Amino acid sequence: MSDIELLAASGAETAAMISSGEISAEEVLEFWLGRVSGDQLNGYLWKADNEAALAGVNVDGGALTGVPLAIKDIFCTEGVPTTAASKILAGYRPPFTATSVRNTAAAGMPMLGKTNMDEFAMGSSNENSAFGPSLNPWDTGRVPGGSSGGSAAVVAGGLAPWALGTDTGGSIRQPAGFCGIVGLKPTYGSISRYGMIAFASSLDQCGPLTRNVTDAALLLDVLQGRDPCDSTSVGIEGGVSAPSADRLDGLRFGVPRALIGEGIEAGVLARFEDTLIRIADLGGEIVDIELPHAGHAISAYYVLAPAEASTNLSRYDGVRYGLRSSDEDLLSMYEVTRDDGFGPEVKRRIMLGTYALSSGYYDAYYGRAQRVRTRIVEDFNTAFSEVDFVVTPTSPTVAFKLGEKTADPWTMYLSDVFTVPISLAGIPAISIPAGLAEPDGGGPELPVGFQIAAPAFAEQGLLEAAYALETAIRFDGSAGLAGGAA
Amino acid sequence: MSTEYEAVIGLEIHVQLSTRTKMFCGCELSFGDDPNVHTCPVCLALPGVLPVPNRTAFEYALKIGAALDCELATVSTFDRKNYFYPDNPKAYQITQAARPFAVNGKLGDVRIHHAHLEEDAAKTIHTGGSGRIKGSDASLVDFNRGGTPLVEIVTEPDLHSGAQVREWGQLLRATIKQLGVSDVNMEEGSLRCDANVSIRPVGSTELGVKTEMKNMNSFRFIERGIDAEVARQKALLEAGEPVVQETLHFDPATGELHSLRSKEEAHDYRYLPEPDLVPVVPTQEMFDEARNSLPELPADRARRYEDLGVSEQAALLLSFETEWAGYFEEVLDAGDSLEPRVVANWVTGELSAELRRQEDRPLADSNVPPASLAALIGLVARKKISHGAGKTVLEEMVSTGADPETVVADKGLEQISDSGELEKIVLQVIEENPKPAEQVRAGNEKAIGALVGGVMKATQGRADGGEVNRLLRQHLGL
Repeated sequence: MSDIELLAASGAETAAMISSGEISAEEVLEFWLGRVSGDQLNGYLWKADNEAALAGVNVDGGALTGVPLAIKDIFCTEGVPTTAASKILAGYRPPFTATSVRNTAAAGMPMLGKTNMDEFAMGSSNENSAFGPSLNPWDTGRVPGGSSGGSAAVVAGGLAPWALGTDTGGSIRQPAGFCGIVGLKPTYGSISRYGMIAFASSLDQCGPLTRNVTDAALLLDVLQGRDPCDSTSVGIEGGVSAPSADRLDGLRFGVPRALIGEGIEAGVLARFEDTLIRIADLGGEIVDIELPHAGHAISAYYVLAPAEASTNLSRYDGVRYGLRSSDEDLLSMYEVTRDDGFGPEVKRRIMLGTYALSSGYYDAYYGRAQRVRTRIVEDFNTAFSEVDFVVTPTSPTVAFKLGEKTADPWTMYLSDVFTVPISLAGIPAISIPAGLAEPDGGGPELPVGFQIAAPAFAEQGLLEAAYALETAIRFDGSAGLAGGAA
Repeated sequence: MSTEYEAVIGLEIHVQLSTRTKMFCGCELSFGDDPNVHTCPVCLALPGVLPVPNRTAFEYALKIGAALDCELATVSTFDRKNYFYPDNPKAYQITQAARPFAVNGKLGDVRIHHAHLEEDAAKTIHTGGSGRIKGSDASLVDFNRGGTPLVEIVTEPDLHSGAQVREWGQLLRATIKQLGVSDVNMEEGSLRCDANVSIRPVGSTELGVKTEMKNMNSFRFIERGIDAEVARQKALLEAGEPVVQETLHFDPATGELHSLRSKEEAHDYRYLPEPDLVPVVPTQEMFDEARNSLPELPADRARRYEDLGVSEQAALLLSFETEWAGYFEEVLDAGDSLEPRVVANWVTGELSAELRRQEDRPLADSNVPPASLAALIGLVARKKISHGAGKTVLEEMVSTGADPETVVADKGLEQISDSGELEKIVLQVIEENPKPAEQVRAGNEKAIGALVGGVMKATQGRADGGEVNRLLRQHLGL
């Protein structure tokens, strides 16, 4: 067993090596902790030692026992720093562990560390982390995407076999696309949100970032389930199993052409069209569809998500935990603490959301955005009466340069133009690597993501289709794998 | 001619439910425990936690809704009410704004606008200074209370005086107490009342500018506070000055009203649907259980007692105190065709007074089982003993637990049934009290009281009052 083989192995392959006795779980953990310690991507905000990695882990957890996992720093982990990449939670150690992490620990998976992210999951580039951005292993001058940028970077950069992320408007799929890995946002309600620090509660969903589709399925099966601590969780009936499809015969793939227009890079569009041809080669049918209201998704999302965020983030007030900058009097404690503790993007969204919910503006903003959301749900329902899947590029561009979009929030927000409508509809979607492309204006070739969305709770079918396509595409992520550690 | 004004008052009543655990987490409810021992990540609002609604709280709420004759919502939802304060750890309170669990009810002659479920705030204590946050040295928060299930009952503005508010408030309290879903103890804060007060010229249908009076902890104070506020508003209008919308605090010690905040300082609560909770859709069984399990409520019980001939006052007293009503009914059952009116008077009058006189004993610790009281009342009714002697017997019964026949025998209290013997005593008393006797003869009937008293004293209360009266009048020529 060489280090190169172990580095390149997926979660499922690593599990197979452990269960066949080729390598021990201890050796696997030691190898990965060594990789983590050499993190060159600022992918980890906290790195476990052997003892911390194994705390609470079931040594007899089943098929995936011993395959370690990176965890986005948005998940509460008992006794382990949990910051959501915000200064306001610097040094905070929760007294309990998120249900998702309890589930992976129960399945025998050690925790390698807590990964970098945009502060409170607000961002598409990781540049909103209070602790500096994580970097894209394909080109460290570029962003890994966000908000689960750290999780994507460490999986793509050979610093973890797989990782947990969260997706509110594209925060798993977009960084997975930017880093050339697989990212799955399951149906809202399939995985517990308990212990996941809230950004926008009606949209937030946990999901896996993995090297391949099989790993996404295996990890999803561990994570999904009804949790009595989360009233909105229902699980996926019957769970999920490893996919095996090699054909797409009889399946219809809808392409919302009107949505895929302006602002999309030529290279991204080319890989998208290539992939449509592959679908047809595998027996699938490509159908043009309309999602008439999806063009308003970004606008609606940037009312609804900040509105929920403005109330979710009100608890960071300096009273009970986290930063307290002033205790001169109550008002200054609130104001100075929150001014010091939150970064500019978080403040921007709190102000947007507070405004949208204000007396006299509620109907014009929040109410209208809710109505748009309902229309978008109906658009997808209509689409799924004709097709099995809706496909788009994951993002309009490949990974952009650090600093390229920070001055213009609206351009940054448009990075999620294909992922946000799906988030508003609550349905599952996966991003798989569809090849490499040059950015507009030239430069090194970078990964392009291909997004497939399915009806609510149709994860198994989604994974089967993604698996068949992945097998046909044969994406090579090794250039990224080499980029993560010194 | 000066304008006549009428007060228009609506109430918001918060009732803490006596569930075992909090509204959205598993922490136990408590009162008086050490601070912050009944807390968990959920009720401290740590990052990442989620609320899970308490089913029992919802069932209790439905009972309140049913008792207030409300329409119970088939779907009700939760909302977030946002405001910053240290007693509100999420900086939003989970409440029901858009779709409360109960609407359009009525209790007595007051309509209920709606009732909704929410969670209570924690308790803040400001040390040093006046006890208010301004000028204090430190503010401490006890989260034990935070998250206690609350039902808020909002009335229509159907009340018109402090006294009416007190009476109706007592009816509401008794009604909820009867349901067994709350301690409804105002001093401990398990029942809290805010009042919205405005005045308008009599005959007008428009509402005047209202002020809100917060958190008064007894119905007496509420009555006084409202009367003070109504008087203040009248004086303003009569002086040609406007009433300003504001929130007021009534200080029962000084009788003064202080402004807490003006309309400009009012919060914008930025309500939004609570995304962490799904709509509550009670089952038909839950609705049936809420409606069918209702005990006889105080208003109905009072009406039933009055129909039995019990005086209004005694009927209300009995109906507001379940324990006393139960006792009253047991006495009635144990007795041999006793008059309900008479039994009610014995229970709410003589017995209640005697218990209070003897070490303020609660009914539960009384030495007088219902059957004994029934026997005593029977002795009086059958004129075996006089009413006065009955009281003497009761005193002994309360203090020793003896049965009435024994006390009557031991003390020789049996009524003088020989009218010849009684007549002798009557004549003697007339002779010994010439002055009142003369007054009665001269037409002053009231003076007869002194002579009756004399006879009672002479017979140690063993004479029948009616007979004594008859004999006295006969011999004094009336």
